[in-house]
Amino acid sequence: MSRLSQDELRALGLGAALVVLAALLPLLDQGFYLSMGVNIMLYAALCTAWTLFSGPTHYISLATAAFYGLGTYSVGLGIDILPYPILLGIAALVGAALAGLVGAATLRISGVYFVIFTFGLAELVRQLVTWTQTKFATAIGLYVFTDFTEVHIYLMLLALTALVFLTGFLINRSRLGFAMRIIGNDETVARHAGIDTARSKIVLFMVSGAFIAIAGAITAPRYTYIEPPSAFNPMISFLVVIMALLGGTKRLWGPLVGVIPFTIVMDIISARFPNHTSIVVGLAFFAIVYLLPDGVTGRLEQLRAWLRTRRAAGHVAAVEKQA
Amino acid sequence: MNILITGILLSGTYALVALGLTLQYGVARIMNLGNGETLVAACFVAFWLYTAFAINPILGLLIIAPGAFLLNWAIYALALQPLVKRAKNRGQLESDSILATFGLLFLLQGLMLLGFGGEYRSYTFLSQPFEIFGNSYGLNRVVAFAAAVIIAGALWFFLYRTRQGTAVRAVAVDPVSANLVAIDVARTAAFAFALGGALTACGGALLSTFYTFNASMGVIFTMKALIIVIMGGVGDVRGAVLAALILGISETLVASLIDPGLTLAATYGLFILVLLFRPQGIFGRATA
Repeated sequence: MSRLSQDELRALGLGAALVVLAALLPLLDQGFYLSMGVNIMLYAALCTAWTLFSGPTHYISLATAAFYGLGTYSVGLGIDILPYPILLGIAALVGAALAGLVGAATLRISGVYFVIFTFGLAELVRQLVTWTQTKFATAIGLYVFTDFTEVHIYLMLLALTALVFLTGFLINRSRLGFAMRIIGNDETVARHAGIDTARSKIVLFMVSGAFIAIAGAITAPRYTYIEPPSAFNPMISFLVVIMALLGGTKRLWGPLVGVIPFTIVMDIISARFPNHTSIVVGLAFFAIVYLLPDGVTGRLEQLRAWLRTRRAAGHVAAVEKQA
Repeated sequence: MNILITGILLSGTYALVALGLTLQYGVARIMNLGNGETLVAACFVAFWLYTAFAINPILGLLIIAPGAFLLNWAIYALALQPLVKRAKNRGQLESDSILATFGLLFLLQGLMLLGFGGEYRSYTFLSQPFEIFGNSYGLNRVVAFAAAVIIAGALWFFLYRTRQGTAVRAVAVDPVSANLVAIDVARTAAFAFALGGALTACGGALLSTFYTFNASMGVIFTMKALIIVIMGGVGDVRGAVLAALILGISETLVASLIDPGLTLAATYGLFILVLLFRPQGIFGRATA
């Protein structure tokens, strides 16, 4: 790996400063804003982990709810037997394993199959979990009792988000990141250059799935009572897709731009107009396709490029006038 | 035997829904993930016609199918045609249409939740027993199956025995060459999309005669239809019918022998087998 450049050092410093700033939130408020902060931080972690895979490959993964639910279930099943940090590790392994299986079945062939497969994956895992529980256990739900408060959950999610960013940063500098950029631009070229495209995609999907499962494991204590319909809620997958694409997935920090406003909007809507959430989600998809195909950050970059060419044009005109 | 016949009766409606989707994806090149919502909407309309006006659901098809045809034509012309024109390649159209039809899915689902509420609904239509080989089945299921067979037969006749149908198949094979032999590709694609919507709606209306439905179950049916379409090979009518039969029977097998809560797992099991061994479909030829 090469040494860090000036720009990269600056980005790392800025990131660290933002993390410290975000960690101060629990000192200011322990009620409403903290709880909103947990929601935002959760989706920040989920969307960034989603973008690790779906950003460079352009494959729309709807498997988020499946990984997330497996994460919460790992904690729910093991909380009485094993210490919490080990459960986080187990969640990561389970998430990576599921991602590996799904990837091995679908990522070798065209991307459409992947979308279709992940489309029903959360529902499939939910059916399997419900069936196993009714068959081999007495109750369908699980209780999770811990000493964790919202502050703990918030700080753990913040740490996770920072870790996802760091991982993304390191991947970008690695051979895998280089391979992914080539695959994203042109998969045929990548294959001819000797890149094992299926393997690269599967590895990246596993990393992304592991992080999402950890996010589920961290938020498990928040539910107290875990049951399949809430843990494997397919809406989570769709919200993650919307927020990430609204923000833009060309940069790793792009999704954050979508996460913060959209989490707040969804909080308000589900509190005041609970029957209208589907309609809002539908309209958000239309907005992404018709108005913001590259997300808000994509639009901003377009604007910047436009301003730059205009300024350059103005400069040229001024020089010509002098001559 | 009992399971086999129940499975076959169920697969009739599955086949119609999947034929609708295969036309939309195979000809119009739009992967319509809101397909299941068309089906649910047809269930509600059939329910409404039957309870409010006492219109027999089979006759109701004469209202529902043209209605769905017009609605889907409008959706294609307004929402999807701009994407087709904008797309630089097949991949971009695919991801754009997936996102746009997600929007459609949630919008339709939200509107139906507002209009009809989230609870399960059903109505009784022809719920007397009907005997086949000594076992009795619901007459409504048998009638729905017969209607599905007639509609699928009509579709086959249209696609393989008429000029317009041949044009539809030509666009499915190669839109560029179809254009060269004076087929209006844009119009044919819109027509196929609308026809697909109408077929799905017929499947929904027939389904509602024997099935309990609610506003948010569309996604499951979209999933099943997608798997049937892939299993049968995209745009392949025979394949879709055969795949629907396989899916209907294996689902009924799992539901009656293991657990009714595992039907989706059965669907996925088939899906994985298809992906591993015949990703091009049962009758599909391997592409280079």
